[in-house]
Amino acid sequence: MRVLAAILLFVSVLALADDGNYTAARAAMVEELWLYAKFVDDADEARISKAVMASMNTVKRHELVPRSERRYAYENRPLPIGYGQTISQPYIVALMTQLIDVDADDVVLEVGTGSGYQAAILAELVGHVYSIEIIPALAIRAKQDLERLGYKNIITKLGDGYYGWEEHAPFDAIIVTAAASHVPPPLIDQLKPGGRMVIPVGERFMTQTLLLLEKTEKGEVISRQHGAVRFVPLTGEH
Amino acid sequence: MRRLFPATLLVSAGAIGYELLLMRALSIVQWHHFAYMIISLALLGYGASGTFIALFKPQLEARFEAAFSTGALLFSITMVLCFALGQRVPFNALEMVWNSRQFAYLSLLYLLYFVPFFFAACCIGLAFTCRRRDISRIYFFDLLGAGLGAVLVIGLLFVLIPQNALLMLMTLPLIASLLMGIPSTARNPLMLAQVVWLALLIGGIPQNQLGLRVSEYKGLSQALQVVDSRVLSVASSPLGLITVVESPTVPVRYAPGLSFATRHIPPQQLAVFTDADSISAITRFHGDFESLAYLGDISAALPYTLLDGPDVLVLGAGGGADVLLALYHGANSVDAVELNPQMTELVRDTYAAFAGYVYDDPRVRVHTREARGFVAQSNATYDLIHIGLLDSFGASGAGVQSLNESYIYTVEAIRNYLGNTAPGGLLAITRWLKLPPRDSLKLVATTVDALELMGVSDPGKQLALIRSWNTSTLLVKNGAFTAEDISSIREFARARSFDTAWFPGIQAVDTNRFNRLDMPYLYEGTTALLGERAADYIERYKFYIAPATDDRPYYFHFFKWATLPEVIALRKQGGAGLIEWGYLVLIATLLQAIIAGLVLILVPLARISRNWPARTGLHMGAYFLLLGFAFLFIEMAFIQKFILFLSHPLYSVAVVLSGFLIFAGLGSAWSEHLARKCEARKLSPVVIAAGGIALLALLYLFLLPFIFQRFIGNSDPVRIIMSMALIAPLAFAMGLPFPLGLKHAAETAPDFIPWAWGINGYASVMSAVLATLLAIEFGFTFVILLALLVYAIAAALFTMLPARRESTAAV
Repeated sequence: MRVLAAILLFVSVLALADDGNYTAARAAMVEELWLYAKFVDDADEARISKAVMASMNTVKRHELVPRSERRYAYENRPLPIGYGQTISQPYIVALMTQLIDVDADDVVLEVGTGSGYQAAILAELVGHVYSIEIIPALAIRAKQDLERLGYKNIITKLGDGYYGWEEHAPFDAIIVTAAASHVPPPLIDQLKPGGRMVIPVGERFMTQTLLLLEKTEKGEVISRQHGAVRFVPLTGEH
Repeated sequence: MRRLFPATLLVSAGAIGYELLLMRALSIVQWHHFAYMIISLALLGYGASGTFIALFKPQLEARFEAAFSTGALLFSITMVLCFALGQRVPFNALEMVWNSRQFAYLSLLYLLYFVPFFFAACCIGLAFTCRRRDISRIYFFDLLGAGLGAVLVIGLLFVLIPQNALLMLMTLPLIASLLMGIPSTARNPLMLAQVVWLALLIGGIPQNQLGLRVSEYKGLSQALQVVDSRVLSVASSPLGLITVVESPTVPVRYAPGLSFATRHIPPQQLAVFTDADSISAITRFHGDFESLAYLGDISAALPYTLLDGPDVLVLGAGGGADVLLALYHGANSVDAVELNPQMTELVRDTYAAFAGYVYDDPRVRVHTREARGFVAQSNATYDLIHIGLLDSFGASGAGVQSLNESYIYTVEAIRNYLGNTAPGGLLAITRWLKLPPRDSLKLVATTVDALELMGVSDPGKQLALIRSWNTSTLLVKNGAFTAEDISSIREFARARSFDTAWFPGIQAVDTNRFNRLDMPYLYEGTTALLGERAADYIERYKFYIAPATDDRPYYFHFFKWATLPEVIALRKQGGAGLIEWGYLVLIATLLQAIIAGLVLILVPLARISRNWPARTGLHMGAYFLLLGFAFLFIEMAFIQKFILFLSHPLYSVAVVLSGFLIFAGLGSAWSEHLARKCEARKLSPVVIAAGGIALLALLYLFLLPFIFQRFIGNSDPVRIIMSMALIAPLAFAMGLPFPLGLKHAAETAPDFIPWAWGINGYASVMSAVLATLLAIEFGFTFVILLALLVYAIAAALFTMLPARRESTAAV
């Protein structure tokens, strides 16, 4: 019995130490992101808010990536999560979250749950997150992981994100985690006037731009497309 | 001895067949340029075989038949084994920028695919080394085998999927092994191994392990992850593996460039993937044009707003979307040109009912042709020539195509298209919009160049450019746009929230209104490219956007060295999408080939005793190295030159490659005769051969454009026979220098033969990569001229080799 207790104690100490390591790694990652956020905008005002950064510092990314990728969980890079899908680069997640500019009581739709990481980041900032995934195995895994981590304000389902989630619409913001050939018209319909939708454009592992759609109070759609980085395509111009 | 010639032919056919087959299979499971990289390195097996033979020459020579037979058997076995194992390496090309493990996986792939080529090359190299008297005949059978192997594998791929074609191909070296095993001293153990391998094959064991494991990041794999999706049909040909996918629960909805403002949704579609990527859609149609209303709201619909009942030519018809687009807009007639017959078959036959028998519509004529070839041969004029999206956004985005030649988007192509456009007619080209712009601006630069060459004084008056968030559509008018045209373009764009980027008289306020970019890139770029300082703008642009030409047909090449440090530094801040990967992969391939070659060839060379006269090693080494470079430079450049004439890249590869190999083989067989004649007249046969090569190649550089223009209207068989006839004398001359050199080596320094074989193989690998690199930078004409210079240096070196009589005495 004593031996068992000793083993349990040893394992829990190890686990705690492990968790401590992850916490430190996460803090270091956020510090790195903060550096880019300030650097990129080249101005006094940072590109990513403190609230979003706090959320990045809270969510346990290592709990949402496959075990084989855990040691890279707090590196600022995309990781494979199986089934041909990826968990986005943390800096891109932070930028996307920032771009939809959410408030504490907002209701947000996510199309493409994937690992659940983006939903978890949003859940720290808004009232409710509704998330749809089309790959059955990922939908099940993300649901279990998010429940295990105690996120009560994330509701997930398996299904076709093209038509949004009518019963919970309209949404203050929509995040689509991978670009398709076009922006589904039903999603634009389910966006509240004044709402925002963000979509990363590009190959997996290599985001090119972020597409931001804003619906005006009159219902018109204006979009903006930003490079994730400041890059001037002509030499000699800044 | 009689058995050696067919055995050499079979092994050689197996090796080239395997190379082409691997290229096909790896293009399906990975991406084209990684296939290219892996195979280039694997071919170093040729170089390494020379080293191996040199190291173990006495032992191998004593058991020549057994060694050949064993090599051929191992080639047969490893062809299958390494193919199966290669499928299991979890290499992910897309992750290379982030994960150094991927380099280890890539190295493992090199190693695996290296093995079969090593064994194949051991057989041929052994034949040269151990049967020196028959060098020219062995080389003839080697080249003949290679030529036949290329044709065979292309034929096989029309009827079999790659893994089944592999099982046919592996029987060639197995038969060679059986042939050479009969007189061998080690007959019994060899026979046992052959029987076991045959039994395994008949038992179906390897076959079960050969399924292609497509990268999970390719479009097909992603589509199949979706709930309830399934493969409806698979068709394979050397042009590509076409997979049709149905997804009833989460329907496929492919509508690039669809307006945000639209209320219309595409109807049910089937996704068609080529080589597991490059999506094209077959759209459900029951004759009810209302269901296609979304087609009025994509950027590619722009030209139809200016035309009434046009005669349309669609280049790259794919799954038929652009044909539907034309019919939806009331086209009077549609000529649809599609390269791949299997793609046409899907729309016309297999899924004809689903597609609403659209190809049976009396207004539609379908042509299975390469686009440029069709236009060159056609006398018809069209109100609209429409080129839609032929590639996937993913491929376009990651620089994956940068090594692919494309004759669709060159200065000459634009001139040809406009030549077939009726007065007042339009050429419309839709491209994916990359940001910051690359292909869209390169297309503008290419078009401006074409118009200027056609004598248009103000090209800007004939251009219009709009963009959605992910596509750009360029219109080029045969004549100036009228005020009415411009008003229609503006209204079309405004109603659909598309941005105008250029029309005659455009102002800055007309741009960047609906989908706002950091800067109005396309407007600024087009304005600059139409201005006097266009060259300066192209120079200062951080991506390569100078016009593509038929001589440098690399439309997808955007890489600039000067930009690399900046984009690498930005990758962690989300700038990874700015890196143009394809070109870097090519450079990496070349560097790896050089380093691996040094390790495999030069280092071992330095370690063994050199039993040959002074100067021989250096001069002969350089001679065979240069021949390896020059032969492939010319061969690769001519494959490109013939693509337009033969109207098909595949015909060009099959005809030019096999033509070069077979006629070079004949040249080789004749080389001894030439050597004897020259000896009598105290002439250098290699100088004569190099002179012939230079004369013919230069003549062709001048004459081919005229010959092609004159005869392009002839039927396929006539053009194929003409091509063969044109290639024959040049290839015949190019087949001479290698066996002449080997014969010289056999008489003066027989120990050098394995080295000659290894060095030549090594050069062939590097030259394939180098030729592409040089063509990207300087064009194919330059590659040919350089090859002639290389042949001249080789000929000069040959004259400096120690003369036969004295050196024979020295040995």
